[in-house]
Amino acid sequence: MNPLRERYGQEIDEILAKYPQEQKRSAVMPLLYVAQREHGYVTREHLGQIGELLSIAPTEVASIVGFYTLYHDTPGGKYRLQVCNDLPCALRGADKFLDGVCDHLGIKPGETTGDGVVTVEAVMCLAACDKAPMFQVQSREGISYHENQTVESTIALVDGWRKEEK
Amino acid sequence: MNEILLRHRDIKDIGQLSVYREHEGFDAFKRAVTGMQPDEVTEMVKASGLRGRGGAGFSTGMKWSFIDKNAWPHYVVVNADESEPGTFKDREIMESNPFQFLEGVMLCAYAVGAHTAYVYLRGEFWQLAAHLDARIAEMEKQGLLGDNLFGSEYSLRIYTHLGAGAYICGEETALLESLEGKLGQPRLRPPFPPSFGLYGKPTIVNNVETLANVPMIVQKGVDWFRGFGTEKSPGTKVFSLSGNVVKPGNYELPLGTTFRELIYTHGGGITDGRKIKAIMPAGASSSLIVADDKALDTPMDYESVPSVGAMLGSASIIVVDESVSMDWLINKTMHFFQHESCGKCTPCREGTYWMRHLTERIHHNQATWDDVILLQDVATNVKGKCLCALGDFSTEAVISSITRFRGDFEAKVGMPVNATAEAELKEVSN
Repeated sequence: MNPLRERYGQEIDEILAKYPQEQKRSAVMPLLYVAQREHGYVTREHLGQIGELLSIAPTEVASIVGFYTLYHDTPGGKYRLQVCNDLPCALRGADKFLDGVCDHLGIKPGETTGDGVVTVEAVMCLAACDKAPMFQVQSREGISYHENQTVESTIALVDGWRKEEK
Repeated sequence: MNEILLRHRDIKDIGQLSVYREHEGFDAFKRAVTGMQPDEVTEMVKASGLRGRGGAGFSTGMKWSFIDKNAWPHYVVVNADESEPGTFKDREIMESNPFQFLEGVMLCAYAVGAHTAYVYLRGEFWQLAAHLDARIAEMEKQGLLGDNLFGSEYSLRIYTHLGAGAYICGEETALLESLEGKLGQPRLRPPFPPSFGLYGKPTIVNNVETLANVPMIVQKGVDWFRGFGTEKSPGTKVFSLSGNVVKPGNYELPLGTTFRELIYTHGGGITDGRKIKAIMPAGASSSLIVADDKALDTPMDYESVPSVGAMLGSASIIVVDESVSMDWLINKTMHFFQHESCGKCTPCREGTYWMRHLTERIHHNQATWDDVILLQDVATNVKGKCLCALGDFSTEAVISSITRFRGDFEAKVGMPVNATAEAELKEVSN
């Protein structure tokens, strides 16, 4: 039996029920979210398993992973702290904020802290331009928004995660 | 004024189903489904003059009337991909006034004969999708969604679908491709979605804010709606105000309100008492308007904004103050567009990459005036040569800033070296 179906049978059925029976392929994005929950990224095995569920080739599933930025094909930190530094946020100090957070953690944007807890990334607009500096946190639990942030409030959040991990 | 879209700011808890119903919630849908022909709803929306709030400003009722009645089934797909830098209005509507939005989806679906509607949300709206799912489940429980609604023959189901981080999916045909489980790349048009949309079936794609207008148009009538805004741009609009202003945020105002009123009366003016330099009225996709008195006194509606050299678009007003240099600004916008180009059309895929490199060099003092000319030349050659608007959008800030804020570039790279360079800039600008 397909390992994903074995583990998340009911959830997968609910997803498939949203789309016409002959259009199962529409479920590829929601199924990738299900798979990504397992390890925080999509594995090679997942590609085949999702392909099997939807009757499409694993490479086609891989192309979706590659195209969309919220899917990852390599492990990152347990929490991905994604700072928007697009124009409207940058006008409100997002670049300085991003540098401040990175300096404090001793990493550069795109890198993961030594303890594997957090990866900091600069991302494109998150539709929260009036509440900059802001970031979203992507983890296995999903995505949450954190708005009107300071370097201090952000570091406090990261420290909290680190305590949980110990 | 929060007359239509941001009513939740005045009506406490309108995001709860019972409170929404106390405020005539679903009365419009009930009236439509029990007493109006689908076409009558379309005619009413057409007569209201409502124009698409996603950016294009096309007549909503007209779009609905294009639905192909010779092919079935029909679908309604809501564009909740809100990804334009500077835009954050749909998120507030769906978060705080969700039932009015969902009733708008229902009225649209009834009008065009669709029994399934999908709300395509950008992947980052993960929490919002869960919030909407809970509201939809509540409505199903109360018999507001499902079969034989209000005792009629009509049935409808609404599903949310999450994208996964791609600006291009805000383009309606790329959105449909994505919803079909493919790469989000635009289709060649025509055919347009009302004849060939989701799964090749007739489909109406509308923006969140557009649909949130519909319940009150049906409930209170065309004349009431036309009492707001201008003759050609009726109604109110949510203006997302961001950048160097004291009070950024969403403001619901009649179309035709001036930039000055939005920025100074509602937005509290420019941060730290600095002077305003430029306005981008349509987010990062916008041309830069020189913020002089003429521009500030221009009404923000679909007809007037072009007179100062830009488009109203989704009305995401980014305010830029005097401390900002345009070489920095276009380096930011090019970074965005290069990242978001889907790669399908060569002029956009290669052009955005090239322009980003040039803006990077100009910003980091590694360029000469020739590079500025080259940048303008590349931008001019990308424009008008791609399947969707992203290619064009990437050029607007570049071309307008070089022509309208030339001093910033002269200061950055040194004055034009000779008359030939001068003439060349003129030539590529034309």
